[in-house]
Amino acid sequence: MFWWILVALLPVTLLLPELGLINPYLQQVFMYVGINIILTVSLNLVNGYMGEFSVGHAGFMAVGAYVSSILTVWVFPRPYGPFIFPLVLIAGGLAAAVAGLVVAIPSFRTRGDYLAIVTLAFNMIVKSALENIEAVGGPRGFMGMDRLTNMAWVYVWTIAALFCIRNFVYSNYGRGVLSIREDEIAAELVTVNTRQCKVLAFVIAAFFAGIAGGLFAHLLQFINPRSFALFPKSTEILVMVYLGGIGSIAGSVLGATIFTVVLELLRPLGVWRWVVVPLTLVLLMLFRPTGIMGLREFRPLIPAGELAREEVKARASAAD
Amino acid sequence: MTHIIQQVLNALQLGSVYALICLGYTMVYGVLRLINFAHGDIFMVACYISFFATTFFLTWGHLAPTTTFVLGMLLAMMLTALLAVIIERVAYRPLRNAPRVSAVITALGVGIFLENFTLATLGPEPRHMPPLVPMINFNVGGVTVSAVQVVIILVSVVLMVLLDTTVMKTMTGMAMRAVSYDRTVAPLLGVPVNRIISVTFALGAAVAGAGGILYGQAYPIIDPYMGIRIGWWAFIAAVVGGIGNVRGAMIGSFILGFIEIFTPVFLPSSTYRDFVAFSLLLLFLVFRPTGILGQPAMKKV
Repeated sequence: MFWWILVALLPVTLLLPELGLINPYLQQVFMYVGINIILTVSLNLVNGYMGEFSVGHAGFMAVGAYVSSILTVWVFPRPYGPFIFPLVLIAGGLAAAVAGLVVAIPSFRTRGDYLAIVTLAFNMIVKSALENIEAVGGPRGFMGMDRLTNMAWVYVWTIAALFCIRNFVYSNYGRGVLSIREDEIAAELVTVNTRQCKVLAFVIAAFFAGIAGGLFAHLLQFINPRSFALFPKSTEILVMVYLGGIGSIAGSVLGATIFTVVLELLRPLGVWRWVVVPLTLVLLMLFRPTGIMGLREFRPLIPAGELAREEVKARASAAD
Repeated sequence: MTHIIQQVLNALQLGSVYALICLGYTMVYGVLRLINFAHGDIFMVACYISFFATTFFLTWGHLAPTTTFVLGMLLAMMLTALLAVIIERVAYRPLRNAPRVSAVITALGVGIFLENFTLATLGPEPRHMPPLVPMINFNVGGVTVSAVQVVIILVSVVLMVLLDTTVMKTMTGMAMRAVSYDRTVAPLLGVPVNRIISVTFALGAAVAGAGGILYGQAYPIIDPYMGIRIGWWAFIAAVVGGIGNVRGAMIGSFILGFIEIFTPVFLPSSTYRDFVAFSLLLLFLVFRPTGILGQPAMKKV
């Protein structure tokens, strides 16, 4: 029911800009919110649900952004752009997913802060490599994309990301992912295939980061390696995850929305805005490390079967 | 041949500056198991402190450059140590029993805060560190050795030996190693854990503070974002050498110094140096996460 309501709202996102009921600036903010929700919910899969610590999410975003931009600018003829846009995005997402696979392999052996360094090094390597490839503009960046991203596409992909990740989390693999967070060794002892779960989580997270990258590139029509650096991009995504709440899809939506809107409102502060962001992160970690919705979920997002099971459990424990 | 020796000398100079920063990473990791991502930015603050201190001594105090150098270094070391102790007290200590991820994120946040706070208060324009070491070049068998190089390498070696002796020979150093070995048992044996951790932060930052003024003599341009790159390189050095190991940190730093100087020799441009350094980091993390001198960590069930 909840998902049908979300789908039913799709025509609204198409009509509002058509009828001129929403100004371009608000549209832009809406699209940023959507892209940030995709990024946040996908990073939450790794950091919140799996309990690993990935800090290089913008690296995957960069892969998606560059691959999809190259496809629309160099490969496909321009007039077909709007029609093949979803395919281009998926291609970017798949390229990012391959990168996710590469990062997932070291995660078999290393955990915790070492894995954080692996993802961080990945982010730095992607940025440094892009800066050295003259063909895509090197440090000057890459441009020439048409503005193919609009409110409807952002909306569709946001819903798709939320739906896929919610279903993954409540699937059998999702259980495995949660068990890795709680205790990896114990999970292995009860025959959870931790490697498979890790690979799946990383690949899905990277795929959606790549999609977000593609949307971002075709919204700004200009990307350069510095837009995907550890700071500010990856840090921003981390702040959104930990602000909204780890291990919660509703939290990701909330975190991304609040953060994006507040950052827009703080625009008059200029440089001080970037003093406020890290300070928020530190204060969050000190006083509310699990975020607004930490480990809790908005009820309509929980599958019906899951709710019923929980009720049975609650009744059983009440009867005891 | 003389060209190569010249480059080796440059690599040694750079490596010793990296070593001074790297020691802070590795000592804090050894004692707290925390990657202090803010350390590179503490180094940046140290550079600014030494910039303001030396400019003040030179213009208002009319002191001789050598006196200024010594006083500036002492002041930079003290203030940087104070800053690190405050950061530890305010941001890391409350999280000591929280999941380690929280502390790592906090460290990242503190680093970015320092960068942008410096940027917002002091402005983005780069500043020039006043030259304090006389511009003398010695000619040793066709190789030019500048006084700055001699000072940097000598002061770094002295500081490294001092630090190594502190960690290996003194009571404080023994207490540090005890905390590093087992933080739950150490207090039972009368080790004041909080004080030892503060001392560790202070020592690591003081050495980075000295690194700040030395770096400023060799590469006089300082800006609020300088700490990022140097911090990362020092951090890679710590991992390569074996994080938590003081001697490994020195070895790793010299390796990184050589990579930075010799990358343009083998690859088309110096912009590949980050790529090479981070690839080395990845290789080490995948195949030998404990680094060259580190002990393999046991997995506790």
